[in-house]
Amino acid sequence: MITYLLCFILFLVGLYGVLTRKNLIKIIIGLSVMEYSLYLFLALIGYIDGGAAPIIDPSKPAGLVVDPLPQAFVLTAIVIGLATTALLLAIAIRLYKKYNTFDIDKINTLKG
Amino acid sequence: METTLIVILILMIAGALHALHARDLLSAIVSYAVVGYSLVVGFLVLKAPDLAIVQIVVETIALIIMVSVLIISTREDLAKRDTIIIKGQSYINVRNLAYIFFAVVAGFFLVYFFNMVSSGLEPLGVHETRMATEYIKNGVEGTGSVNLVTGVLLDYRGFDTLGEATILFTAVMGILAILRLKTHKI
Repeated sequence: MITYLLCFILFLVGLYGVLTRKNLIKIIIGLSVMEYSLYLFLALIGYIDGGAAPIIDPSKPAGLVVDPLPQAFVLTAIVIGLATTALLLAIAIRLYKKYNTFDIDKINTLKG
Repeated sequence: METTLIVILILMIAGALHALHARDLLSAIVSYAVVGYSLVVGFLVLKAPDLAIVQIVVETIALIIMVSVLIISTREDLAKRDTIIIKGQSYINVRNLAYIFFAVVAGFFLVYFFNMVSSGLEPLGVHETRMATEYIKNGVEGTGSVNLVTGVLLDYRGFDTLGEATILFTAVMGILAILRLKTHKI
């Protein structure tokens, strides 16, 4: 149970970063940390003690394997996480070129 | 097994905390990479080699993008503003104390809800495969793939993967639109 609790604490660390940091790059890092904690949490749920990796040799009788379904979901989520992180960084670099700072308090003069 | 995971998770938490508090953005990004690569080791311990491979590639790409962002911008973090300076004297910002109070209250609530939810969780290592029982039993004959994760992704849940590809395409279009230097006057 303590691994679940540590995953939760890691999620809270990311949330703390998103809520308290003023630097755009650090906000993006906090968001990614939240994502990572969720990936690990889902992989933990699918784990079975003594199970092998979900790759089956058809010539041998199937033994105990870990749950492949959370792993497939997490695989999708990891790739989507990279796409969102790259998009956020692109927005951050455009904002830096316009305002010459990463401070979200100074990026407040948005005009159409 | 569980001890390894606990050590990895503590390393991840320490890396995340340092990434959020580093004065130099480059060292913040390196600490963030510590979190990501520890996650790779965690996936290997949890018998998920596909996730480990994908995560190591994704983390490296994210690291390259972040470093290239820092190269064309700045490495300096913002100046600290924990205190207010009025007429040469510095005072602690009262709003910060209020924030700390709210954070403690919210933390108590979150721990309470975690306790409530975690009673429904199975302990680590005990898991009953419900939908995946069918996949494990007939997956190799049904999909022709000995790797069950690939079989689930590309055959049983192929529409999910199609949606994922759509999201990737949309993100690439968004990045191209944002980073385009010339703008057209409408």
